[in-house]
Amino acid sequence: MTDDELIWRIAGGSGDGIASTSQNFAKALMRSGLHVFTHRHYPSRIRGGHTYTEIRASADPVKSRGDGYNFLLALGDSFARNPQENAYYGNEEVKPLSENLDELREGGVIVYDSGLLDTSEIEDFDERVEENGWHVYDIDLRTMAREHGREVMRNTAGVGVTCAIAGIDTEWIENLMRDAMPEKILDPNLEILEAAYEMVQEEYDVDAPDISVPEGEHDEEQVLLSGSDAIAYGALDEGCRFIAGYPMTPWTEVFTIMSQNLPEVGGISEQVEDEIAAAALAIGASHAGTKAMSGSSGGGFALMSEPLGLAEMTETPVVLVEAMRAGPSTGMPTKPEQGDLEHVLYTSQGDSHRVVFAPSDAAEAYHQTRKAFQIAYEYQIPSIVLYDQKNGGELRNVPASVFDEEPNGDIGSVISEEELADAPHDPSGKYNRFQHEGEKGVSKRSIPGQKGGRYLATGNEHMPAGHIAEDPDNRVFQVNRRMEKLEAIRAELDEGDVPNNTHYGPDEAEYGIMTFGSQQGTVEEAVDRLNDDGHSVKALGVSEMAPYPVEQVSEFLESVDECLVVEMNASAQFRGLTQKEIGKYGEKLSSLLKYNGNPFEPEEITEGFVTSIVEGEELPTHETKFVPAASD
Amino acid sequence: MSAFNAIGENVERDRNEYTPGLEPQPTWCPGCGDFGVLKALKGAAAELGLSPEEMLLVTGIGCSGKLNSYFDSYGFHTIHGRSLPIARAAKLANPGLTVVAAGGDGDGYGIGGNHFMHSARENHDMTYIVFNNEIFGLTKGQTSPTSPMGHKSKTQPHGSAKQPLRPLSMSLNAGASYVARTAAVNPNQAKDIIVEAIEHDGFSHVDFLTQCPTWNKDAKQYVPYIDVNDSEDYEIDVSDRKSASDLMYETENALNEGTVLTGRYYHDEDRPSYQQEKQNIGEMPEEPLAERYFDEDYEWERSYDMFLDKHK
Repeated sequence: MTDDELIWRIAGGSGDGIASTSQNFAKALMRSGLHVFTHRHYPSRIRGGHTYTEIRASADPVKSRGDGYNFLLALGDSFARNPQENAYYGNEEVKPLSENLDELREGGVIVYDSGLLDTSEIEDFDERVEENGWHVYDIDLRTMAREHGREVMRNTAGVGVTCAIAGIDTEWIENLMRDAMPEKILDPNLEILEAAYEMVQEEYDVDAPDISVPEGEHDEEQVLLSGSDAIAYGALDEGCRFIAGYPMTPWTEVFTIMSQNLPEVGGISEQVEDEIAAAALAIGASHAGTKAMSGSSGGGFALMSEPLGLAEMTETPVVLVEAMRAGPSTGMPTKPEQGDLEHVLYTSQGDSHRVVFAPSDAAEAYHQTRKAFQIAYEYQIPSIVLYDQKNGGELRNVPASVFDEEPNGDIGSVISEEELADAPHDPSGKYNRFQHEGEKGVSKRSIPGQKGGRYLATGNEHMPAGHIAEDPDNRVFQVNRRMEKLEAIRAELDEGDVPNNTHYGPDEAEYGIMTFGSQQGTVEEAVDRLNDDGHSVKALGVSEMAPYPVEQVSEFLESVDECLVVEMNASAQFRGLTQKEIGKYGEKLSSLLKYNGNPFEPEEITEGFVTSIVEGEELPTHETKFVPAASD
Repeated sequence: MSAFNAIGENVERDRNEYTPGLEPQPTWCPGCGDFGVLKALKGAAAELGLSPEEMLLVTGIGCSGKLNSYFDSYGFHTIHGRSLPIARAAKLANPGLTVVAAGGDGDGYGIGGNHFMHSARENHDMTYIVFNNEIFGLTKGQTSPTSPMGHKSKTQPHGSAKQPLRPLSMSLNAGASYVARTAAVNPNQAKDIIVEAIEHDGFSHVDFLTQCPTWNKDAKQYVPYIDVNDSEDYEIDVSDRKSASDLMYETENALNEGTVLTGRYYHDEDRPSYQQEKQNIGEMPEEPLAERYFDEDYEWERSYDMFLDKHK
């Protein structure tokens, strides 16, 4: 973390081009050599409403959205939704200003579209500006956009103004616009960009900038992508060529990326009638000899509970993706939460098992998605990639080399026709597909169409060739064999050939902070700040939820006096899982929880830690909640 | 060399090849219509010369769901109502397979109704046989979606207040390209229809009337029957959707009034299967996807080379 950073917030209504503009701007900053990180905040509606995206850019690597921001570009409410003059809902025209000011840092910059927004409608605006030393630019972006093109191009004008004020070379933006825009709209956009830039240069003293934008240089080539991109690319590189799904936010992102890319690699994407069908299709395709995936978010994943159990019972490999959003039920569709952990771990009847990964960032998402396929296909068990609306949607720069990995079309533990000729068969002539008694509990599967491989896959308990049976000895044998896989998987994951369960901070620290999934980067940033302030803290980001990394977490908890578990839900699910799996250290574990629809900011974690753990006091904020250790 | 040598291995076959050697005897009750489906399917597979290992028989849950325990091929006994999505995907992944799905009226028209409608709409190249005995058998005799109005059971003690579902109208209107009804009491017609259904390139729906002597005491309900294709009373052009639809409309109550119509109602040989449509728009590989994983020479594309430029 450095003071020398730009946190640029572009605010407006859905449909104002917030997403595309911020994406371009982030990429331009990345290309200029900076590290970037975006945070999206959007309502569950198509047009209008209040939405913003933050881009944090720094010469040093950035791991979270940071605290607040220092540059506001307030575009106004959605022009696209309200083509008529002055047609707004309620007082929404002032929202891009009034809703955003609390988090604007001292000395920050405000650029607002005076063609649409009026600061006189905001109480105490001038007082607050003076108090905080904000620099305010009222610029009629709307008229400028109208004069040179169309009103919707206000966002480009806003970017031009930003570049002029912050001293950013517009060439980066122009190059990107040339790549991304069709000719018809390219010229007016370039014109608007230039006009806005020049206007600020002429009318304001830009030689004494209000805000400094760092200069940086990457030592290797970077790409700008989201966690959803990384999951999709991990799946593709691991040879996944079949996806079936039903749209649901935020899982739709992975589904869309896969659907757009699969035809190019000769794969198949199916949008189907519901999530039960989606998971069932993935199972059917896998059964017939492909690598297949499906996925959903909370409510849709609930429907997959039944096929999930079928995949385990029939030992059909499949990878499911679960993108968490705030629940229960449809909850808050566009807001992040980590409340589906227990749902994903325990859904489906009986002694059912699955492997669950919870990657923290794009690089880890790529590697763990690949690992999820390897485990699923080697061990013939469903595996799940659990992430959330935050790490799925946030764009950040990642070294391109992360993705420079060999593809893998190996389909795991299948038997060839040659091997089938010598393999044990049932007296009925069927292949004993579920018969293995050796290590790891894995029995090679045949694929329909192979000579000599006939068997029955069934969700009922079954004999080695698949015949349905309730024989007690066979039941115990089959249950034990299926459970034996979990120990083998744990051992394989502990060998650690993919980045997982990340330790951060000094080894000898007095205190620990544990977290999982999307909060890891924010926790790491908080750990740095705490250590800079003289505390002694280290972090463990756990990214394997099942089978649980008991040994690694035990070692970590053994080494600290107390540990704060940070997670985005109200019932401390990850802490509960840790206590259940490890069975001790409960007295060391307290929780910092957040479930208001926004992810943690680093300062909330440092404040929670210092106030609750170090000083033993109650948290002053309503945004987060502290739950003390059981013995306190 | 192909990894799936059983596919296309069509030689002269005997129906007993589909009987599992030392398989336990079917658990169906004596006199159950399900035996008729098993017999007809074995006869059809033999007539088509299908290798047991190129066939994938996917079933749901219920008495009908046990079909693939007694029919020897590759089998997937799935979960209640979900045979179709699993079967569909298997066919897409390896189009060389002969995919047949089977289930009961509760399984296929009740809990799996949504999948039934959409599979017909999409016209997947597969055959769907529904054992229709107008009752839930394995859960011991509850009213099913095809039970007649007024049907009394433990769960509908006052008699069902619901109109029975019209499965043929449903699949025809949803878009199935082959729609037929046959009955266990008519094994020769049943076999011929299943042969035609499997040969048809598209979604074939066979509503297979089966008697349930245990829970639906009207075990003789499907006798006598009339074959609509042979009867002079019914003039039907099986290639004409409207003709099939009109006949269904006129006779849809007959099933519950003692006269049972069986036969081929609709057979559209021109409509391309879903797989073909998907290939036409470039969303489906020409070669079977599943083969690729067994081909050591196949070059797997990686996203780094293909997609990463747009993120730079």
